[in-house]
Amino acid sequence: MGNRRGNLKQFRLKLPVTAEDLAQLEPGAVVFLDGVVYTAREGVYKRVLEDKQDLPLDLTAVSNVNFHCSPAAAPDAEGSYRIGGVTATASFRFSKWMDEWLTRTGTKIIIGKGGMPREAYCDILVPHGAVYLTTVGYGTGALLGRGIKRVRDVHWLDDLGIAQAMWLFEVENFGPFIVDSDLNGNSLFAAHGDEINAGLAHLYEGLRPPALRRYGETDDRKREVM
Amino acid sequence: MIANRKIEEAAYQIMTNAAIDIPQDYLDGIKGMIDLEQGDLSAFVLQSMVDNWEAATEDRRPMCADTGLPRYYVKVGNEARVDAGFVGIEKSLRSATARATNDVPLRPNRVHPLWRTEHNNNVGINAPEVEWSFEPGADWVDITTVHKGGLFGTDYRMLFPGDGIDGIKRFYLDTLIAFGKRGLACQPAIVGVGLGGSKDTCMQLGKQAACLRTVGDRNPDPEIAALEKELKEIGNKIGMGAMGFIGSSMVVDCHIEVGHTHTGGMPMSVHTFCLSSRRATARIYADGSIAYRTDPQWFTPYMRRETIGWETAEEISSNSA
Repeated sequence: MGNRRGNLKQFRLKLPVTAEDLAQLEPGAVVFLDGVVYTAREGVYKRVLEDKQDLPLDLTAVSNVNFHCSPAAAPDAEGSYRIGGVTATASFRFSKWMDEWLTRTGTKIIIGKGGMPREAYCDILVPHGAVYLTTVGYGTGALLGRGIKRVRDVHWLDDLGIAQAMWLFEVENFGPFIVDSDLNGNSLFAAHGDEINAGLAHLYEGLRPPALRRYGETDDRKREVM
Repeated sequence: MIANRKIEEAAYQIMTNAAIDIPQDYLDGIKGMIDLEQGDLSAFVLQSMVDNWEAATEDRRPMCADTGLPRYYVKVGNEARVDAGFVGIEKSLRSATARATNDVPLRPNRVHPLWRTEHNNNVGINAPEVEWSFEPGADWVDITTVHKGGLFGTDYRMLFPGDGIDGIKRFYLDTLIAFGKRGLACQPAIVGVGLGGSKDTCMQLGKQAACLRTVGDRNPDPEIAALEKELKEIGNKIGMGAMGFIGSSMVVDCHIEVGHTHTGGMPMSVHTFCLSSRRATARIYADGSIAYRTDPQWFTPYMRRETIGWETAEEISSNSA
């Protein structure tokens, strides 16, 4: 994958992931996975945590990796599913469910797009001994699709649709992912954001503000939209 | 007379092409950015994307699973005739969308905004969007599909003439930085800027500038072309690369489209066409043959005309004779 990968640490983890394996991870490291991952996003979280429906399987026994993703999937002739590509969706929207979800399922790795706010790592993921991996580029849908060897099961497909159903994938050399948060709550996105923020004011120097303001507008460019 | 089944055949094929094959102009643009990128993580992301596009083409699988909002742009030659008429064309486009969703497969993204119900085929109320344009002196039909992400990276603002180029630069920076953080805009992107028109055409023009022009293409107005280049440079000096990591890879190219607007206003929109810039075009000729390409050739001189009428080349030469 080009010479640039040589500058980054790389890990290949067997799932379900152990606490020892998680402890090696540091922000900015590249990760590939082998084992079982499951998808859950707002449809599943609402159903389990707000509507109080039982989980459709003993999730803790099967997988401790939650992928914020919806696959491009279609039924195949053998009664299973063809997975074309898989791409993560933005995770920040789901942080409000995370504490209860991690308690309920014992999930230790969250995979998604763009990470969650720094506070969510410190307040929620760290106490649960969990880390966050981000997909690369958003997305490497074809590479990730290659890493899915089989659809092990799918739950609530009829009720929630393809995008929101709970999929269980058997994966092999599934990646690449980049570690955003480690077990101590350090965040790669936040660290890079801090450094970039330091140079932003300079970009606006000499540019007059527009005549009409927007209600609620802020000039604090260190803030994020999420 | 073009048979409507040819329209559907072409519309289905470009859905597939767009989902799987990265356009060459965009690929070349990204490869050029990798060479310039000093940030290790940003460069790693770009190299992974190149690997991903190769995997997509080899495996014939979609490069990105978020299909975005698949939709069509149709340009009809003034002399073109299709046997089932315009309603027939629209029906074919809807049918091709549903079939491609199952066959490629694409992710069925389209749901009712309130009830969140869906048909699992990317077809529904006002979906897929079909935008129409026309071309004088032609007997073909061009169909372009674009699968653009639907959530982040676009914004609109009413600026005023007194805000000038400063106002344009500020809002451009605001949008790129706001959505560039953490890479929500899926940059490096082709950035489209719409200037002028009414609010809705301002959005339309900016989106078309992002999605329907290729990397390296310049606006025919030399001063606008110079502004396009300047905005591209400004974007790449923010200090932000792919995924919002430290770097320089933010804008693969910047395209500006303008429309005459209210004398008191200067509305502006900014749109980012993502790392899987999915566009594909088919031309269906009068004899039923189909040619595929990735340059939509949407902004023809006729599209950008500012006169009342439109003179053909013959008329211009006979008038000046």
